[in-house]
Amino acid sequence: MERGPAVKIAVCIKRTPDSESRFKIAASSTAIDETGLKFDIDDFAGYAVEVALQLNEKQGPGETVVLAVGPATVQETLRKAMSMGVDRAVHLQTDANPYDGLAVAKALAAELKGGGFDLILFGKHAFDTSAGIVGTATAELLDIACVTAATKLDIAHGRGTARRDLEGATETVEFSLPAVVTIDEGIARPRYPSLKGIMAAKKKPLESKAAQLGDIRVTVKSMDLPPERPAGRIIGEGSSAVPELIRLLQTEAKVL
Amino acid sequence: MLDFYNIDSLLNEDERAVRDSVRRFVDERVLPIIGRCYVEGRFPKELVPEMAELGVFGANLPEEYGCAGLNNVAYGLIMQELERGDSGVRSFASVQGALAMYPIYAFGTDEQKNRLLPAMAKGETIGCFGLTEPDYGSNPSGMITMATEQRDGTWILNGAKMWITNGSTADIAIVWAKTNGDPNDKSIRGFVVPAASRGFTAKDQKGKLSLRASDTSELVFQDVELPADAILAKSGGLKSPLMCLTQARYGISWGAIGAAMACFDEAVEYAKNRIMFDRPIGGFQIQQVRIADMLAEIVKAQLVSLHLGRMKDDGTFTPQQVSLAKRNNVSMATDIAREARRLLGANGILAEYSAMRHMANLESVYTYEGTHDVHSLILGQAVTGLNAFK
Repeated sequence: MERGPAVKIAVCIKRTPDSESRFKIAASSTAIDETGLKFDIDDFAGYAVEVALQLNEKQGPGETVVLAVGPATVQETLRKAMSMGVDRAVHLQTDANPYDGLAVAKALAAELKGGGFDLILFGKHAFDTSAGIVGTATAELLDIACVTAATKLDIAHGRGTARRDLEGATETVEFSLPAVVTIDEGIARPRYPSLKGIMAAKKKPLESKAAQLGDIRVTVKSMDLPPERPAGRIIGEGSSAVPELIRLLQTEAKVL
Repeated sequence: MLDFYNIDSLLNEDERAVRDSVRRFVDERVLPIIGRCYVEGRFPKELVPEMAELGVFGANLPEEYGCAGLNNVAYGLIMQELERGDSGVRSFASVQGALAMYPIYAFGTDEQKNRLLPAMAKGETIGCFGLTEPDYGSNPSGMITMATEQRDGTWILNGAKMWITNGSTADIAIVWAKTNGDPNDKSIRGFVVPAASRGFTAKDQKGKLSLRASDTSELVFQDVELPADAILAKSGGLKSPLMCLTQARYGISWGAIGAAMACFDEAVEYAKNRIMFDRPIGGFQIQQVRIADMLAEIVKAQLVSLHLGRMKDDGTFTPQQVSLAKRNNVSMATDIAREARRLLGANGILAEYSAMRHMANLESVYTYEGTHDVHSLILGQAVTGLNAFK
């Protein structure tokens, strides 16, 4: 990539539980039970932070800003991004983690508008809801170009190019800046926050203000765990069992 | 590992962030290769630049020397995570930070600190620590290595040091020697000895069945000429190297917890998945007792080291308190590694699993940095006021 003028990149991140946790549904039955869960930056948001840092390292002295909407606990996740090398953070405070993606996008768009960002990055979706609304909705609200699920991203001369993986093929798209790009996995391996980075992050600016969420129009009504799988059945052994197996696959499981 | 006692709630955000970063490094970079390194008897030197980039060397020393300036709890958590990988990897970092960088920081001149510490934090200059001699281990005051000051202020060093971690890898050795023919241990001073000095030889000790992923060497000094500024000016007497050992032993008390955690996790995973008599062996009472014992010992050790770290940060800890933590935690880790190996049955003897590697490593950790027995005597003296060494 050519070295161009300094760019200003915003990365909107989400704090989600470790995907390898064992989840339980809370007594309210509308959320997971957070007791004992370990939270961190969402995987896709982590890729987005890494991409932003790499773009700014290649482009020269720009600025990378990280934003998150949520309760006070998200400040730890914002500082994690700063410990990786992000310059400053903006925390848009809410009482709880809002579910309505459009409401979150409105809060982010209100903050990002007029911020002079060349690029606004998101994870493709967050692990906890898999909704994938916030990035695209923010682009719509800001009325700027939007590319989803990028697996490669470059910018030069006020334009961007991104690669997207399709079923059995890839496509490369070109777009004008400013733009929203949502990031897919595999684009870049997030760096380890160095120990000096962790200490430096404490001195970087973290601005906290109330989020302008607007109306919450979507909420979770109930959550259920998948039904337990019925136990398997052994119908016989060796080749003599094959005819019965085929019969059951045809008549009972109806997969043949 | 399972945080059964919610000990994370006793750590602050920075401490958890440091722990998580080093944990990820160990998971991604150390664990995939360490079994093979161990079998091959090779220290994974290729990891040194990455460890330096992460900032683990001398991480509790000040930022002005290129270090991370962490508190002692965060430093301890680094040691824990490194030893969750392997005692040899943790030993490398302990020696570089607590035994080579710390004495320069504590006893060196500003010129020595500014010249050496930033390069050591970056892993560009590797250090080792020479106190133990072939015939003086638990009794370092008997050492015979001697430095003699010349008329022009330079020094001539003669003697030998043994069991030196990083000895053959090191660019500089912090060597403790008596001075000017005085056999009293009050004459002991520290010297920065470049490995490139004429008359300096380092020879790897072969045939180790423990700490195989770590370099251990014998150092020999034959009329090694040292410049006047090789001496660590503020060092004086045996208490100077013992201060370094207190630093290192503090880190070891944490490191042992990491080794125990690795064995616990491996044992629990295995117990849940290994089917014998048509059910997971974790369902049998004998394995549940093993696991319960391991869990209880790890939780206790975590609380001991954490409280010790808080006291170290407050400046109130004593070397005797460090002895208790080193003695207790290494002993519990050694027992846990052995029980984990047994729980794993025949698979437990393979390098593919970590229990036997940790078990063999911990025998060295049990013996170095003050043997378990010596720490018993230190505690005995602290309680009774009676000195069993004399």
